[in-house]
Amino acid sequence: MTWVSDNLDLLRELFLRHAWISALSTLIGFAVAVPIGWYAHRHPRLRGISVALVGVLYTIPSLALFVLLPGILGTGILSTVNVIVALSTYAAAVMVRTAVDAFDSVSPPVLDAATASGFSSSQRTLRVELPLAGPVLLAGVRVVSVSTVSMLSVASLIGVANLGSLFTDGFRRDIVDEIVAGIAAIVLLAIVLDVLIVLAGRLLMPWSRVVVGANR
Amino acid sequence: MSVLNDTIDWLADAASLSGDDSISNRVLEHLGYTVETVAIASVIAIPLGLWIGHTGRFKLIAVGATGAMRALPTLGLLTLIGLYLGIGLTAPLVALVVLAIPPLLAGAYAGIEAVDPQTVDAARSMGFTEWQILTRVEVPLGLAIIVGGIRSAVLQVVATATVAAYVGLGGLGRYLIDGQAVSDYPQMAGGSFLVVVLALILDAVFAGLQALATRNHRPSRHPLTV
Repeated sequence: MTWVSDNLDLLRELFLRHAWISALSTLIGFAVAVPIGWYAHRHPRLRGISVALVGVLYTIPSLALFVLLPGILGTGILSTVNVIVALSTYAAAVMVRTAVDAFDSVSPPVLDAATASGFSSSQRTLRVELPLAGPVLLAGVRVVSVSTVSMLSVASLIGVANLGSLFTDGFRRDIVDEIVAGIAAIVLLAIVLDVLIVLAGRLLMPWSRVVVGANR
Repeated sequence: MSVLNDTIDWLADAASLSGDDSISNRVLEHLGYTVETVAIASVIAIPLGLWIGHTGRFKLIAVGATGAMRALPTLGLLTLIGLYLGIGLTAPLVALVVLAIPPLLAGAYAGIEAVDPQTVDAARSMGFTEWQILTRVEVPLGLAIIVGGIRSAVLQVVATATVAAYVGLGGLGRYLIDGQAVSDYPQMAGGSFLVVVLALILDAVFAGLQALATRNHRPSRHPLTV
């Protein structure tokens, strides 16, 4: 493992880069998916369409999307923006489905009770419906953050630097240690982000011990 | 939109090519790898998943392994196996088989798991052997979910086979990787477009098969009330 000790700076730099790109993409995906999921939950007709549409999005292979987006957005192929847009799209695609399930899981009598106690409809959505949908939403974010971390590494093939660059570099220069270090760093990052998400869930939703199916 | 025009031009040119780099050859290669690796992975994973679902043993291992595989970066696995097995088709194909196993295993296991235990008990009390329960009750009822697992595996392999062009595999990924090497964006975009179309078609085919499996064996269709 001399490769690791000789390249700690590179590892640290790529780890941080990988961390912020995947965290930001997961956050954007979440921010986009929750309102769509909420809307689809309330409008059964749109529900089928939106779930089918996000299903189609998720079918698109990641490398193909990484390549096609610069042409569509007009950004340079080496731009990090493409990768963030692509990863946020996948994250949103997965989370719309979870968000619909999350809002479905809120019991209607509770919402009626909120209305009866004088909540306005926006108060009811933000202060009753959203927190109660929280545990299922959180489970969705956990799944998405793990797959985003792993998917980002593919972007190194089109020249956008991240921990995946260790795979391409290690393959070209025949350094097994570099590839193994890259895999370990990615798995470690996935675990770190997962722990942070669970902690954030405990802070935001102290009433629920967050153990809702991580395998949803 | 000169990028779009260039890409369309490239597609038109490539369509008229013949030989290794022709679109028809690359599509057939890509489909060939997909069928081959999903078939090998199915032989390993589906019986194992059915067994886990039927006996309920090693459930946690099956669930945990599928979750852990999600964190494993495909490119890392491809390059690592590539370095160990050397240049050639073997390394990427082995990696594709490995990556196809978790969704197949999860689908087979979840399909059996989803069958109502009362139905299984009813079959058992009527004297079905365990093998008959599995093949005549559990598999038909869980078929839609099992096919769903195959669908996920196929899409996973189509996407990963594209990436695997980096470690020497043929197929549509060649356009992306070879185009990248010479900064030929229209070739990369054209190749990506073809991969997307292939993935969407395969997804639609499997969606149809899943619907068929559901229609033939919907358990709630003739509810028996006692």
